[in-house]
Amino acid sequence: MATANPTMFQASDLNQHNERVQRRYRLLFGLMTLLLITPVLLILGTLVVKGGAAISWEFLLTAPTDGMRTGGLFPALLGTIWLVTVALLLSVPIGIFAAIYLSEYAGDNWFTRTINLAIINLAGVPSIVHALFGLGAFVLFFKFGTSILAASLTLAVMTMPVVIVATRESLQAVPQAFREACWNMGATRWQTIRRVVLPNSITGILTGVILEVSRTAGETAPIMFTGAVFFTPFLPQSVFDQTMALSLHLFVAATQVPEIAEQVPFGIALVLIALVLTMNSVSIAFRMWLRGKKKW
Amino acid sequence: MVSSSAAAVASDSAAPADNFPHKLEIRNLTIRYGNAVALRGVNLAVREHEIFGIIGPANAGKTSLLKAINRMDVFTSGMKVDGEIRFNGRDTSRLKNIYALRSRIGVVFPLPVGLPMTVYDNVALSPRLRGINNKADLDVIVQRCLTRAALWDEVKDRLQALGSLLSGGQQQRLTIARALSQEPDLLMLDEFSIAVDPVTTMRIEDVLKELRQEVTILLVTNLVQQARRLADRTAFFLNGECVEVGVTEDLFTGEVKDQRTRDYVEGRFG
Repeated sequence: MATANPTMFQASDLNQHNERVQRRYRLLFGLMTLLLITPVLLILGTLVVKGGAAISWEFLLTAPTDGMRTGGLFPALLGTIWLVTVALLLSVPIGIFAAIYLSEYAGDNWFTRTINLAIINLAGVPSIVHALFGLGAFVLFFKFGTSILAASLTLAVMTMPVVIVATRESLQAVPQAFREACWNMGATRWQTIRRVVLPNSITGILTGVILEVSRTAGETAPIMFTGAVFFTPFLPQSVFDQTMALSLHLFVAATQVPEIAEQVPFGIALVLIALVLTMNSVSIAFRMWLRGKKKW
Repeated sequence: MVSSSAAAVASDSAAPADNFPHKLEIRNLTIRYGNAVALRGVNLAVREHEIFGIIGPANAGKTSLLKAINRMDVFTSGMKVDGEIRFNGRDTSRLKNIYALRSRIGVVFPLPVGLPMTVYDNVALSPRLRGINNKADLDVIVQRCLTRAALWDEVKDRLQALGSLLSGGQQQRLTIARALSQEPDLLMLDEFSIAVDPVTTMRIEDVLKELRQEVTILLVTNLVQQARRLADRTAFFLNGECVEVGVTEDLFTGEVKDQRTRDYVEGRFG
């Protein structure tokens, strides 16, 4: 009789061994997570401690003076917002549309597989290579000069592969059964995409875009040759103007300016990170709002 | 309604010799996926307002047949269809507007597919695709289709809940309601009871018996007794071939042309 067996629920040696192994792995994964967030916390902590003193309305809203030793970083802050906005306006629509084509329309053949491989490889190209490409293509060949347009185009070319890959992944996470149910009803591919596929992949697509905001705002190399300058007394009036940018401003303040107060570069870094976090949290909030509405 | 004695006389081939109006005629249909043949030289005809059963073991080509009828070959890479499928007398391979064809054919899949939208939107989707956007009209359609699918009483208070969160049996009835919202000429059910409990299966079967007045039903099933309960005529598919078409009861008790048919319905293989 099974119920009469008193040892039935006693842990065997094998059970105890499995439990020990399971605890060891949980500890390992936990430690790795801790290891992961430690540098993040250290960086943020250092920036707040060392740069916090520099932050003031004046720092945010005035131009640098005295060879960047005093004053603020407003032109660089504004320039970075310009660069990121224009770059995303270019890369996000193109990237998402291309991903929709590749995922929803294109057949699975050697040609599309080659394109997909090329996109993945493009995502791995170092940013300095993109910078030289931007210089050759946009600044010189298309004669945009060093301008916000040329720099943003360079950033757009750099971010587009990641937008495409992230979008394609989230489109393909939508179960095929949903599409087939729609098609069987007489819906066209586009009706299916609009009513079923996109509403259920938009959160994943936004995640990809969010990651790209951070990367775009922080990149220095691609904009150094194409549109960003060390210092300009003028604020950009259009996309054809040169501009200062936070990332380059930080690089200059940290390495090129002698006898600068330590808190200035830390303050610039803090503003850069705060800008990225602000942009991210807007899209994260939007994403959470969307996610609250849809689920399968 | 088709009387069974008349049906027994009628030929099972696609030859338009009998006097019944054919909803669907299939001639010499062969379906390939790459080099693999899923269906080979199938001939059959489905009459208006009958429930036509298709039985057969796995890999018999039953689902491929449904896909070909709905012209899903266009959206399935590697799928190649030869032969002729006539729906309402029109050769579907020559239709320019396959979307209109598909909207005339309702499909219910083996596993329920509640689309990730509200119960209401699930049923209103097809009318909306047809351009019906008036709320009052949609309300009427949604209530009528859910009622006919025997689901209205269970969901009338939560039409705004997500369709994908209903239970499996409810989702399958939601799928049927969605198919009915297309106001189809032909309803194709592909092993609809796989993921559904017996009570719900019986309720859906009752629904199908009533629907026979209005639509033609093509019922693919892995349960031979289900075909026996519902289908006026039944085809037996095996390894990509249509072995036999006949009045359903004849497959079980009458003369069969091929012994394999009797062996299958009596459970000796499959």
